Amino acid sequence: MAKITYIEHDGTEHVVDVKTGLTVMEGAVKNNVPGIDADCGGACACATCHVYVDEAWKDKTGDSSAMEESMLDFAENVEPNSRLSCQIKVSDALDGLVVRLPESQH
Amino acid sequence: MSELGAHVVILGAGHAGGTAAAMLRQYGHTGPISLIGDEPLAPYQRPPLSKAWLKGEADADSLALKPLEFYAEHQIDFRPGLTALKLKRADKLVELSDGSTLAYDILILATGARAIKLPVPGADLAGLLELRTAADAEALKAAVGPGKRLAVVGGGYIGLEVAASGRALGAEVVVIEREQRLLARVACEALSDFFRGVHETHGVIFEMGASVTGFVGENGHVTGVLLADGRTVPCDAAVIGVGATPNDELAADCGLDTARGVVVDLEARTSDPSIFAIGDVAHRPMPIYDRMFRMESVPNALEQAKQAASAITGRPAPAGEVPWQWSDQYDLKLQIAGYAFDTDEVLLRGDPASGKFAVFHLKGDQIQSVEAINSPPEFMMGKQLIGNRKSVSKAKLSDLSVSMKEVVA
Repeated sequence: MAKITYIEHDGTEHVVDVKTGLTVMEGAVKNNVPGIDADCGGACACATCHVYVDEAWKDKTGDSSAMEESMLDFAENVEPNSRLSCQIKVSDALDGLVVRLPESQH
Repeated sequence: MSELGAHVVILGAGHAGGTAAAMLRQYGHTGPISLIGDEPLAPYQRPPLSKAWLKGEADADSLALKPLEFYAEHQIDFRPGLTALKLKRADKLVELSDGSTLAYDILILATGARAIKLPVPGADLAGLLELRTAADAEALKAAVGPGKRLAVVGGGYIGLEVAASGRALGAEVVVIEREQRLLARVACEALSDFFRGVHETHGVIFEMGASVTGFVGENGHVTGVLLADGRTVPCDAAVIGVGATPNDELAADCGLDTARGVVVDLEARTSDPSIFAIGDVAHRPMPIYDRMFRMESVPNALEQAKQAASAITGRPAPAGEVPWQWSDQYDLKLQIAGYAFDTDEVLLRGDPASGKFAVFHLKGDQIQSVEAINSPPEFMMGKQLIGNRKSVSKAKLSDLSVSMKEVVA
């Protein structure tokens, strides 16, 4: 279990407990956190679960795969700390994680 | 006009219906929401049924769109195991299969589509499977395994995904396709040939141009598929994946406009202003192609759920989308954007032999559709270019050394 804070583009914070083994995307979708669409359900096929990972957590969330990199390369409003949240697995090490959401996923 | 306090009844608890319920609450709908589903399960994702779930890489919890308690927590009256038998539009009533009636202010039809059955002798034998629901997938999973012989009737995306998953589970797989090539209705020849090659490398056997004339069995269980040339393909189970037909009878019976699906406008509203139709059952306008058609895809279900939820809660309609879909087979990721309507040229970018390429379908110098194999940049940029109608340079598009970011003419 990890406590994850999702911060919407307008500043609204959602703090939810996410089970180990789920992805950061699933943690948002299953708790009805707005702002993460995840159209493909986690197949790394759509880039609609884009988040910005807080600097302090960049190492712990790991590296992105080549597939993820090249999807992100063509998404909107990409920053150096952009990730696709369906590709970040939740573990106890991510307890306290903070991610920010872009204005739009499309 | 916003109707935030209205009672919304959603018929169909699939991806479209489940999403519409959640979006309505997210958009501030305060009135009662009833979500009626004919399956025993709360809304779940169907795409993994032929892929990750079939291979045992995803469990029931991960399939669910939302945890079961979500519906009660958000005052969504989810009622499983029920179907609607009749719509009484004049009284705004739905008759349900348990004998009860339900009054609505606003109705959303999200009844989906059902698998087409083959009208041939033996089609009622046990061991003949289709793949629409989690229950279907359970039956299929039980039927495949090392040494089991699986016949797949229909070489479309579902058939090919099942074939790939079947091989991964150790089954012998024969795909029987009526046309001379795979994916004949939906993909170009280059892609058909490529997929056939990949599946053959993985040990799938193909019977092309083969019509199924019946099924034979022993003790009520299928043992073989009969072909028109007189041969029998022996099998322990057969999956039929020859397309789907919309569940639009409820709408047609009460006089709503239908045309291979329930006809809707850009807000997903039917010819009755109190009734919406979304997902596989809807026959909807698609402005970028200047025509109306019916789609069977998750992105379409989500988009139309958003359209209906926006209209009901008085929000502006979502910006028009570019339709897209995906398929996973073995280590291949296929991403498709758009539809190849009115095209005059097919352009290949990359070499299929490399396992990484894209096929662009062009109308003049505009992209109408792209099929990308293990090529996210081609898919992502192609999808944007389909949406913004920018002209591309064909020379640049077919030249791999030119980045997808620079292909605009």
